[in-house]
Amino acid sequence: MRTQYDSLIVLLGARFLSPYIMMFGLYVIFHGHHSPGGGFQGGTLLAASVLLVRVAGGRLVARRQIKEFITTPLAAVGVVIYFATGMTALVAGGSFLDYGHLPFPGINPVLLRYYGILSIEIGVGLAVMSILIMIFDNMAKGEDFV
Amino acid sequence: MTAYQLPVFIPFTYLAFAVLIPLVGLWKRKLSHPMAVTGSGLAAGLSLYGFAAYVNTGPIHHTFGGWQPPIGIEFVYDGLSAFFLLVINMVAFLVLLHSKPVAAREFRGKRMPFYSVTMLLMLGFNGIVSTGDLFNLYVFLEISSLSSYGLIAIGNRHAPFAAFRYLVLGTIGGSMYLLGLGFLYISTGTLNIIDMAAMLPHFAGKPPVLTGLILMTVGIGIKAALFPMHGWLPDAYTFASSTSSALIAPTGTKVGAYILIRVLLYLFGIESMDAVFKVSSVLGMLAGAGILYGSIMAIAQSELKRMLAYSSVSQIGYIIMGLSLANPAGFVGAVLHVLNHAAMKACLFLVAANLRFREGHSNIRLFNDTYRKKYPWTMACFTVAAVSMVGLPPMAGFFSKWYLVLGTIANANWVLLAVILMSSLLNAVYFFRVLEKVYMKNPDKESPAGEEAVVMNREVKPLMLAPVVILATGIIVIGIMNMSVVSYILKMFPG
Amino acid sequence: MCDFFLGHYSYWLTMFLLCIGLYGVLMKKNLVKKTIGLTILQSSIILFYVSIAAKWDATVPISDPSRPVTDASNYLNPLPHTLMLTAIVVGVATLGVAFALLMAIFNRYQSLDEQEILDMIE
Repeated sequence: MRTQYDSLIVLLGARFLSPYIMMFGLYVIFHGHHSPGGGFQGGTLLAASVLLVRVAGGRLVARRQIKEFITTPLAAVGVVIYFATGMTALVAGGSFLDYGHLPFPGINPVLLRYYGILSIEIGVGLAVMSILIMIFDNMAKGEDFV
Repeated sequence: MTAYQLPVFIPFTYLAFAVLIPLVGLWKRKLSHPMAVTGSGLAAGLSLYGFAAYVNTGPIHHTFGGWQPPIGIEFVYDGLSAFFLLVINMVAFLVLLHSKPVAAREFRGKRMPFYSVTMLLMLGFNGIVSTGDLFNLYVFLEISSLSSYGLIAIGNRHAPFAAFRYLVLGTIGGSMYLLGLGFLYISTGTLNIIDMAAMLPHFAGKPPVLTGLILMTVGIGIKAALFPMHGWLPDAYTFASSTSSALIAPTGTKVGAYILIRVLLYLFGIESMDAVFKVSSVLGMLAGAGILYGSIMAIAQSELKRMLAYSSVSQIGYIIMGLSLANPAGFVGAVLHVLNHAAMKACLFLVAANLRFREGHSNIRLFNDTYRKKYPWTMACFTVAAVSMVGLPPMAGFFSKWYLVLGTIANANWVLLAVILMSSLLNAVYFFRVLEKVYMKNPDKESPAGEEAVVMNREVKPLMLAPVVILATGIIVIGIMNMSVVSYILKMFPG
Repeated sequence: MCDFFLGHYSYWLTMFLLCIGLYGVLMKKNLVKKTIGLTILQSSIILFYVSIAAKWDATVPISDPSRPVTDASNYLNPLPHTLMLTAIVVGVATLGVAFALLMAIFNRYQSLDEQEILDMIE
């Protein structure tokens, strides 16, 4: 949140660090099966990268990174990705979240399960990121000096 | 859609609509209410279809991801689940149908988030009732609890503080359940209900299992408003908006009672539960104390919603007393009372919503006998529901109390028998007080509805009146047809 | 006697943390301090689950070619860790709802002290 004593160094540091944190967050999501990580942790790191710029620069600067009205539909889209993967598996003949029955032809069954887990982790990461940004935006509304 | 897929479709219909309502509602706000009604109507229809399918075929086990239990999570659709799903989905459909004018008046700008959170709440309740895995039950329990904190906070001035109190107590309850589950996991090594129920008789008296049992009972007792842990309930139900109380009051504590039935009767069983000391008699004493406390406090209230909230504390005491008796008659009384109380309480809270909508208040001291001319249908439904709560035949309430009395006699528990009879008398006091104010003309005072004055019929719109009438008719029908319901419930009794 | 305390030290520390959290929820008057106590209580339960997953001479549950996967005592139990991931997210969501409610309470009563708010409600 921007106060009346703004500091260029803080803002520059946050803007410099934010893309690297975002890249690390994506790494954590995609490597969830092999090292500690997964959807929840990666989503939190992605949210941290966005919230850093929001805290350092205020709403006017942060609006260029992620606009405020877009977090609610983005969270719903994340849940839809998770739910659609599970329901596709259900409708295509297996149980809910049974990735072996996903209807993509010509992929090795083991690799099909791997891609199924990856897609729900992406959905979870997206939802967690948007919801954490949404919580911060709701709490910081009206607290900005700008 | 096959029978195998049915236990997944019923809860996840609500999830689909919970994510669709924000996406569509940000584009066209007016579509939120029709989508919510469609979602709950679809789920109610599916649970009716599933109930009919269950009566013909048998239990359905749906295993997630193709992994067989005890490694995988499964949804179990057996007799108790089918019954509870039918009850809560039907009540939710009728309450959401009723909610449109109330929402426009009480919380106009927040309708889209309200309906989305309502769908998440029903997802949580349906998930709790359907699941066969204890940790999955915790996840759905927290989903429903967080949604109910949000729904209760949308209300009048004092609603956020009541919701915060409910949040603190509810989170402690969920955490105690999780800790108890941890102790049971240490002892048995599995989280599946059927698998653990097969293993628990070997470990029945050991300290970790006893600790897990007590922690779980206390944790779920907070959610189900068992006697000393009911402190959040009166404020939460009073200050919430009319639709929120009408939605959460008939269903929320019943789902807590469902978890207690599953854990105490299906998971532990009567012998394992009483292995170290008689947990069932302690529960019975607490439930009896809750019945008397709720009834006495309800007599002292002057506001209709607060009186109904204390009455809810008393009624959940009946259900938990029925399950603590642990014999077939008590079990039938408890589960039948779940159905009866859901219908009666939903009808009563919707009547309070109608009165608030027309009059602006629901203060009993200000009721007068113009009401019987202004709201004939609403007051008739109130009378039916009140007579059923007191327990007079042929209404539904009589039969559930009858089976509870048979259960206490079978256990030779004369204290609880006296509690049931005395509380019926106390129920009569606080319900007939309202009926007397509305229907009987006081010969001393000058009546506002004098012979000369013409009092118009200001009955509420059909959209608000129809659910109330359907519920009141349902109470009478359940009372008349109770034998078929009782024979269905008797088959569910474990062991 | 020594084994009663030292042999079960992880359980003692977890229950001590739980009592601190419960003390915060019950005894503190400020609503934010109650929320912090609630968070400490949830953290203690997460620590309890994670501590029961450990085994002697076991390594993290990612397959290591030098330790055969067929023997379960080579790897520690991953199930409580995954359960606690979900529990941590539930805790974060509860904290979010609690903060939203606290902001609504502050906007209406201009105070976050429980006794003052109760006096205003009466």
